[in-house]
Amino acid sequence: MDDPGKHASGMSKLWPDARAALDGIVKDGMLLAIGGFGLCGIPEALIVALRDTGVRNLTIASNNAGVDGWGLGLLLETHQVKKMISSYVGENIEFERQYLSGELDVEFCPQGTLAERMRAGGAGIPGFYTRTGIGTLVAEGKEHKVFDGVTYILERGIQADVALVKAWKADLHGNLIYRRTARNFNPNAATCAKITVAEVEIVVQPGDLDPDEIHTPGIYVHRLVHNPQPEKRIEKRTVRTE
Amino acid sequence: MAWTRKQMAARAARELQNGYYVNLGIGIPTLVANYIPAGMTVTLQSENGLLGMGPFPRETEIDADLINAGKETVTFVPGASTFSSADSFAMIRGGHIDLAILGAMQVSERGDLANWMIPGKRVKGMGGAMDLVSGVRRIVVLMEHTTPDGEAKLLHICTLPLTGTGVVHRVITDLCVLDVTPSGFEVIEFADGITREQLEQRTEATLHFR
Repeated sequence: MDDPGKHASGMSKLWPDARAALDGIVKDGMLLAIGGFGLCGIPEALIVALRDTGVRNLTIASNNAGVDGWGLGLLLETHQVKKMISSYVGENIEFERQYLSGELDVEFCPQGTLAERMRAGGAGIPGFYTRTGIGTLVAEGKEHKVFDGVTYILERGIQADVALVKAWKADLHGNLIYRRTARNFNPNAATCAKITVAEVEIVVQPGDLDPDEIHTPGIYVHRLVHNPQPEKRIEKRTVRTE
Repeated sequence: MAWTRKQMAARAARELQNGYYVNLGIGIPTLVANYIPAGMTVTLQSENGLLGMGPFPRETEIDADLINAGKETVTFVPGASTFSSADSFAMIRGGHIDLAILGAMQVSERGDLANWMIPGKRVKGMGGAMDLVSGVRRIVVLMEHTTPDGEAKLLHICTLPLTGTGVVHRVITDLCVLDVTPSGFEVIEFADGITREQLEQRTEATLHFR
């Protein structure tokens, strides 16, 4: 076995809890890909467990940086993050403070480019050309290339050390099904790391999921954590009254 | 009289066509959904991974797993679908979305758009705006004609960091509707009672009139 931390016993990938699932696989200075859009579809128990490992100098590729006191905001409070690769970070005061004071480095990456960088990284594609960002700060220092009269820039795939994702349902082989818009970056993050840990609400036996309905095949998922009742905080609770 | 935000949204809804797949930005563009003409089928895309976005939920329908790109709780319409962020931006980047209606800080007469960053002020990030303007087939900007301080937002050259270059097709403000043409901004409609002189006073860019 190439990496004793990568595989659980037999084909069950279920670990006792989030802390155990991260034991031995996260280290100082790692690059992590973490799923979620805002607070929707974040692996909340795994983020808490990551904080509790005490690892530092992390680079985290994640669309957002959580909010103060929740999600990735927890890791900012403890100064465990060296750099964020994100598209939008507007909801977090501690983030802003650390960024403005130079404690935290930020690579702003357009949202679609970030998703594609994860997808490409997971698919063995080291880079891809996109029109996104042409003529903007994002294009500075990147290779430009003309295809059929249109200029594109080269963006690099992301290959992370560890991915933390959230799904709704899994079988013990790590096949994942997401729910609603909590899918977002999770399937893409799940593919792009050497070791992927998935937090799920429901765990079933192999065979209980219809193969046609699986969003992320278990080959991408190395460890599972069962969190039957995540908090699922809502950032903007909007309702209609009529 | 300048158009109200509701009137601006209603005017922007006239950009919609039956069968369109449309992405609406945050702010006034969100209101456009309230003015989709009866009998017209328009499918709203939200770039966090949703086609077929419905209205805000009733209190009993709230689902933390179902939000829009503004992180607001929303609902599905019948026939909705969900997908990953990479798939969402594949349909955007691949030119499959017919129209995006977006807010802006500045638009230049060449169709350059600035809507994500003010140097020296709080930087939040571009989110999906750069992907949208470079991938969606038609970009309509819906914004106030000037800043709250009265500074021009329609300029010869944008002074703020750009979101995209040469990407805007049409601008709808509270005072008029303009097209971005090879020769610059062309005013194609006025809000009721707004004059050519009033527009010129509040616009830094050169305006052409039909």
